[in-house]
Parts: sequence; C-alpha cells; structure tokens
Amino acid sequence: MEIVHVYTRLRGEFGRQCLFSDRPAELLVDVPPDPRLAQDFIQKNPRDQALQACRDMSEHQVNTERFESDSCGINHVEGGWPKDINPQEMEQTIRYRKKVEKDESYVNSLLTLGSVMEHCIRQNNAVDIYQEYFEDEDEVEESPEPPSAKTINVFRDPNEVKRTVSCLSWHPDGGKLAAAYSCLQFQRSSRDMSLDSYIWDIENPNRPELTLKPASPLVCLEYNPKDSHTLVGGAYNGQIAYWDTRRGSQPVETSSVEQSHRDPVYKIIWLQSKTGTDVFSASTDGQVLWWDVRRLSEPTERLVLDLSREGNLDRALGAVSLEFESTMPTKFLVGTEQGVVVSCNRKAKTPAEKIVCSYDGHHGPVYALQRNPFFPKNFLTVGDWTARIWSEDIRDSAIMWTKYQTSYLMDACWSPVRPSVFFTVKMDGVLDVWDILFKQNDPTLSLKVCDEALYSLRLQDNGRLVACGSQQGGATLLEISSGLSTLQKNDKSLLAAMFERETKREKVLEARQREIRLKERSRSEQSREGEPGREDADHGPDQLIAKAQEDFYVVTEMERRRRDANQQPPTELEDVDVT
Amino acid sequence: MAEVEETLKRIQSQNGVQGIIIVNTEGIPIKTTLDNASTVQYAGLIHQLVMKARSTVRDIDPQNDLTFLRVRSKKNEIMIAPDKDYFLIVIQNPSD
Repeated sequence: MEIVHVYTRLRGEFGRQCLFSDRPAELLVDVPPDPRLAQDFIQKNPRDQALQACRDMSEHQVNTERFESDSCGINHVEGGWPKDINPQEMEQTIRYRKKVEKDESYVNSLLTLGSVMEHCIRQNNAVDIYQEYFEDEDEVEESPEPPSAKTINVFRDPNEVKRTVSCLSWHPDGGKLAAAYSCLQFQRSSRDMSLDSYIWDIENPNRPELTLKPASPLVCLEYNPKDSHTLVGGAYNGQIAYWDTRRGSQPVETSSVEQSHRDPVYKIIWLQSKTGTDVFSASTDGQVLWWDVRRLSEPTERLVLDLSREGNLDRALGAVSLEFESTMPTKFLVGTEQGVVVSCNRKAKTPAEKIVCSYDGHHGPVYALQRNPFFPKNFLTVGDWTARIWSEDIRDSAIMWTKYQTSYLMDACWSPVRPSVFFTVKMDGVLDVWDILFKQNDPTLSLKVCDEALYSLRLQDNGRLVACGSQQGGATLLEISSGLSTLQKNDKSLLAAMFERETKREKVLEARQREIRLKERSRSEQSREGEPGREDADHGPDQLIAKAQEDFYVVTEMERRRRDANQQPPTELEDVDVT
Repeated sequence: MAEVEETLKRIQSQNGVQGIIIVNTEGIPIKTTLDNASTVQYAGLIHQLVMKARSTVRDIDPQNDLTFLRVRSKKNEIMIAPDKDYFLIVIQNPSD
C-alpha cells in the first residue's frame, strides 16, 4: 500500500483569483559596460584557482529526547494460521499446506530462492569463508589511542528537591550502584527534602531499582563485599542503619541514637572478620566506632581521635574519611577535617597506643583517603586543592603531589586494575584521570562531567566503569577507554621504582633537615655559652630585612660599576682595525 | 511442482545440510524436513529476525533491500533467503 499525503484546502481560501494576461516585452533597465571601471582593477594572468570536485558534507549531531523503554518477552507458539484453520487439526493444516504448494507464485519464488541458497551452500562447502587467518600471531600492539571516556548513563534524583550524591557504592558483582543522597550544606536542607537513597540498576536509568528509607538522610552507604544483599549506611544524624535488599526498603536495624555518633557519619567500611558482620564508622565528632551489624544497639569498640592520646573528645579531630585494607587488618587510616591523616592500630593494648602516628599534609579536610591496591604502603589523600601520595614511612611530607588545582578536590580513588592510575573529582564538575607513569604535572584526561560540583566518585572492580555523583543529585556513569583500564606489562615494576625513588628522596631530605636542625641547635648552644648577651640564632624579621636591603644595594652598585668599566674599552678600540 | 521438489532434493543432498524449512510471510511453515517442534521454533524466531533485518536495511537506505541473511553460530550456520512472500531457511553444518 502506498503511503500518500493529501493536502486539501477550500478554493475560496486562496484569496482573489489572479488573472494572467500577455504583455509585450518592456525594457526596464539597461546597464552598458563601462570600460572606465576597469581601471580600478589590475588584470592578473594567469590565474591560479584551486577547485575540488567533491560533495559538500556537514556533520551534525542530534540528541533525541529521553526515550523510556521497557523490556518484556514474547512467547511464540505457532505461526499465524488463518482464522478458519485450527492449528491443532492435522488434516486442516495439511490441506492448507497442499494448497499453498500448488500456488504459482510459490513455485516461482522457491526456484529463485533455491538457486541463491545453493550458491551459498556450495560456497560454504568449498571454503570456510570465515576462516581466521594469522590466528597464532601475537596480538598486535594497539596503536596508542588517546585516552578517552564516554558517558553511558546518568541517574537523576527523581525527587523535586535535589540533593547531593554524597556516596556511591558498587554491588560486588557490578550490575548495580547504590547511591546515598543527602544535603551536605549546613542547614540548607529543606523540610520537604526526601530522606530516601536509591539502588540503581545500571541498565535502567529511568527508575531506581530499590529505595532505601532511613530515618535521616544517608551520608555514606556501602555494600557488603561478602554478601551482596546487605548494605550498611551512615546517616546525617549519626546513626548507622543496616539493610537487607531481600527484606525491603526499611532498614533491618538502626543503631540507637544515644550510642551513635553526634555528627554525620562520613564514612563507613566493612571489615574482614570471620563473621563478616563487622563495620566501622567515622564522623566529625571525633570518634571512630566499631559495630557488629547483628547488634546495632551499641558499638563494640570506641576510639577518640585525640592526638594527645588522652581520649579527650573536646580536643579530638573530626574524621572525614577512613581507609582500611584487608591485607593489613590491624591498621587503618583516618583522614580528619584539620588536614591531618592519623594512622591507628586497632590491636593496641592501651587506648593511648591506638594512635600510632599522624601525617600532616593538607590545609583543609582530607576528603578522600585510599591505599594503592598494588602497593599498600603508599596511599593517596585528597584535600584542599591538591592530591598527594604518601609513603607510610615518611611522616613529614608526601612523596608526590599534584600542583594546586583551580578548584577544590572532593574525592579520589585508585584504579583497581592499573597501579599508576587514579581519578579525582573537583568542585567545578571535572573528572580528572591521572596516570603518574605517563605525566605527573597534569591529568592524563580531564573531562567536564556536569556543570555543578562533583562530590563523590567510585570505580567498579573491573576498572572500566566510573560513577561520579554531583551536587544536583545526578550520578553519571562513564566508561574509560581500554588504554587506561588494562594492565600494561611493566606497570608494576616501573611504579615500584618510582615510589622507591620518591621515598628515598624524601628520606634524604628529611635526614638533611634533621642535620641542619641539629647543627643549628648545637651552634646556638655554643654561642650562648660563649657570649651570653648575643642573640645570634634569633634574627628578628626586621633585622633580616635590613640586611637584605644592604646586600641588594651593594650588589647593584657593583654591577653598575662593572658596566661602566665595560663601556670604556670598546670606545678605545673603535679605531683599531680588526682583521 | 516437480521442479520445486527437485530443487529441494538437490539442496538436501549437499554436504552438511541438516534441515530445510519454507515459511510464508505469516510465519506458517509450509514445508519442512525437521520435526514439528523445531520447525515451529525456527519459523517463529527467524521470521522476527528477518523482519528486523529487512527493516534495518531499508531504514538505512530506502532503495536497498535484504537479499540474504546468514547467521553463523558455533555449531552450525542458518541461511535465510527472503522473498516477497516466502522465506527459505537452510541449516547447514559448514565443513572445514
């Protein structure tokens, strides 16, 4: 059936009918050539004109509107028999078939189809047309394509009032993403802000797969790496809640308010234990609490992050991030609001010994903290405007750091497959991918994911999928190009060498500093013994400035005199003939 | 009529051919050398596939049309020759 488009319009709607008539030709304008105009131009002979005979092409990108689709299966049982034939009746079907076989068009079409088919069959028999040549050859080294990442999906907060995605956690098998939504800005949360957090199936960005309904918005959320049905979340009011996805949206258990944290729980991690039910949580109230999820009424252990080791809550540092590596089950790292990273030992005998040492690195809160999965002695911290890599042995400073970026870094994590690659997200909505074996000054890949600030970041275990959460509640899923997500042959050894080199450098610098300090101290002691009245080691800033000024004048005077002296000889030698 | 039989016999006698099914545009298997259950399954599934493939080819270029469709799998190859009213489906085990 031909599709025909028909336009109809009433004759009367066309307006007054036009009556055409013939008229003899009339000269309206006659412009004779004016040779005087040629004087304004210069004749150019021969002319060189490039031409290309090819089609004009233009590239245009179009984005269609969001299309919501739903998958469902269809069960096909038996073909579309005409209404009068009962497919169960053998006789009727046979009769129908015989009728079709007598049809003229059937015969004709089948003859043509038969010959085409025979050709292909013979082709198959003659040669295996899909044979793989050069099968045994070593995989050709892929031409280094520039690293890239492409957005696969964006999961938007379905509520009206948008909240920040404060934490993301991948399902251990990777098909689902849990996102915790809360409003982290102080006193900015409105009354009608929803408290829910969602679990998304990455194939379906239209609707979250499961809604989690806590009593207070969740700031952090983690899947249990051992049991993919359970999740634990830390809430804005300091409580910890435990969910089982088989049991629905309400938490199975929530910790009691008196025993929980007094401030939002910023990070919660599952521990490796025999029962698989231990978690520990950190919050800005200065405590790190250990819990057994079967009994959330009170924590099993408590640690106060007081650097003076007295357990004084008033002087405790607020914890913002936490790090635990299952290969070192007794040690853990805590990143604080004050910019200090504290390393603690869980199995210490006295509470005072629990805090082992501290690394003072950042000017602002340490928002992210993670050990390198391949080199657990080195860890990455992110805070203020830099990302720093530390070695456990060097306390004074980081072994490697990025230059100060233009906006605040909010989260970072190492790639689980490539030891030298890590990802950071910033407040201007940019995701940076750093490969320290490739380039150390700048990120290898910098992508603007969205216009608002990005608050959280999480990589899936296969290293290819990255989820980042923004301030307006949108979680973007990106896929990284294979160059950045496949392990190269020398990665580990090269990175080990790099870390060793940097650690050694820092050690040398530290040793040197110590030497200088010792020398100064001994010198100041000596001079104090010799001349008690003299303040040699204690130069006030004013004196230093005066001294610097003096030196400056002396040097400029010398330079000027030297230049004058240089000017004299050339004038004397002018009349000397140099041959 | 006899030519049709001859053609089908010739095809059947080729190396590796496991079965032949002739389906009309409504998905009704007209002639088959396989058992009923497999025939019905092949007829239904392949019919949908051919419709999809044909519409794909025509969407890309309306002047174009599907002439042949080969689905190669690990165990065998399904070859489909579509026509205006009928399809000829042959399942072959390619020899190599």
